[in-house]
Amino acid sequence: MTNIEKYNNLFCESFQLQPDEIENAEYKVTELWDSVGHMILASNIEEMFEIELDPDDILDFTSYSKGLTILTNKYNIIF
Amino acid sequence: MFDFLRYKENIAIISDRNETLTYSQLIDCTDDFVASIPRKGLVFTLCENLLGSLVGYVACIRNKIPQVLLDGSKDIELIHRLIDIYKPEYIWLPTSRSKDVNGTIVHQYQTYSLVMMSYAISEGFHPVNSELLVCLTTSGSTGSPKLVRISENNLLSNAESIANYLSIDHNERPITVLPMYYSYGLSVINSHLIKGATILLTDKAVLQREFWAFFKEYEATSLAGVPYTFEMLKRLRFFKMDLPSLRYMTQAGGKLSKELAKEYIEYSQEKGKKFFVMYGQTEATARMSYLPWSNALEKYSSIGISIPGGKFALLDSDGTEILEPCRDGELVYYGKNVSLGYAECRMDLSKGDDNNGCLRTGDIAQRDSDGFYYITGRMKRFVKVWGNRCNLDAIEQLCKEITSLCACVGVDDLITVFLCEDSLKDNILSMLVEKTGFNPRAFQFKTINQLPLLSNGKINYQALENLR
Repeated sequence: MTNIEKYNNLFCESFQLQPDEIENAEYKVTELWDSVGHMILASNIEEMFEIELDPDDILDFTSYSKGLTILTNKYNIIF
Repeated sequence: MFDFLRYKENIAIISDRNETLTYSQLIDCTDDFVASIPRKGLVFTLCENLLGSLVGYVACIRNKIPQVLLDGSKDIELIHRLIDIYKPEYIWLPTSRSKDVNGTIVHQYQTYSLVMMSYAISEGFHPVNSELLVCLTTSGSTGSPKLVRISENNLLSNAESIANYLSIDHNERPITVLPMYYSYGLSVINSHLIKGATILLTDKAVLQREFWAFFKEYEATSLAGVPYTFEMLKRLRFFKMDLPSLRYMTQAGGKLSKELAKEYIEYSQEKGKKFFVMYGQTEATARMSYLPWSNALEKYSSIGISIPGGKFALLDSDGTEILEPCRDGELVYYGKNVSLGYAECRMDLSKGDDNNGCLRTGDIAQRDSDGFYYITGRMKRFVKVWGNRCNLDAIEQLCKEITSLCACVGVDDLITVFLCEDSLKDNILSMLVEKTGFNPRAFQFKTINQLPLLSNGKINYQALENLR
């Protein structure tokens, strides 16, 4: 699985979304992306990519696209 | 309840939307609210942590107008169900939602409007017991319409007691982590408004950058959380954050793991802050006990001692008081903050005091030889899901609308639904998520061939517990 596939799958699973819905996923907007969902997503990301997210990055990880930017710029994950 | 004239020049509220109100301004805008209504009646307040919501709440309290505080984020279907049951004369709600109800706007403040219901104009106002001031839901999550009836004396005595043991004075600036329709969140507001302190009002969560920016800009002195709040904070490496203004934290709304309680207590000792483990129920307005800071490290798994003015007793199964230490019994609380009782329909709002200052908590506890209490179990079938009380029987009822062959057991933060038909799982999960508003991770499913029964034909929950 490529990194983008892994990332997309995490969104589908964490928030029970269809593949065509994930790009618009946003904290507090997407139904299941509440504070509990947010912690679950953060744990799943850490596990999948074998990284430890900095607390600042957990706070900033508020949408599908912001997450991609954070993982690319700060954790050197190539999508 | 509130004596704002004493604190006229103090700042009562600062919101994260750059709004500031002094106590004197709070008097003025709550007076305007009351001047706008032809006569007093029951108000539904659809709460958000926004200035309009809080001002409406305070206006009703100051003028002895009974109100029901509800979660303003719940869908309109649920609100309508409650309207049908309790027939409020007025609804204080976000102006953007005022079209959802049938009535006339009689007052507006910031983003909130007061709607006088059409039926109140045509059918007249229904009476409410004169002692009754606030009603809170017992369980927002399952949408149960059952309310706890709370009097002005209840509110005031609990607020005073809390302010006493936390040494709250006008210098405090608590930040709102919890919603105001939740008894614990409301107790934070009341215990500070009676002391002329400044509420830092935000609807942001601890997971949002805006929350911390607001916290730091206005130098919050305390924060209140449920166990899940403190789990999240740890994840955010709270222990490494630099928060010099923070004086203390309080925790209630369920049992924090012993390890985590100890970690927060040790952190607080090291940083010159305090951490209070507390215990309460909506039926007691909010608080019944707290763990004094001087005993925190030594007794970190305890809920502490009764609040000033309150008293605990333990009863064995015969109803006899247990006097010796370290024996389990039902925890019973006595105090002026014990609510008047429950309501399940509008008529019930006329009722007087059913409890007479005595509350059987339904929790099993024991007392050590120093007089500190420890919760060891629960008599009633409910769990706390991220701080929300959730009745397992109510969850089971919801599931039964889809299949009769189901049963629920649970521990805090995880409800297990037993089904005999595996194929119904997805259907039931999405229904439960929709109705409770819980993240789906709150539920797990197990399929069994047959539900275990007791000899009387009832479900054997003990057996299910073992299969969990």
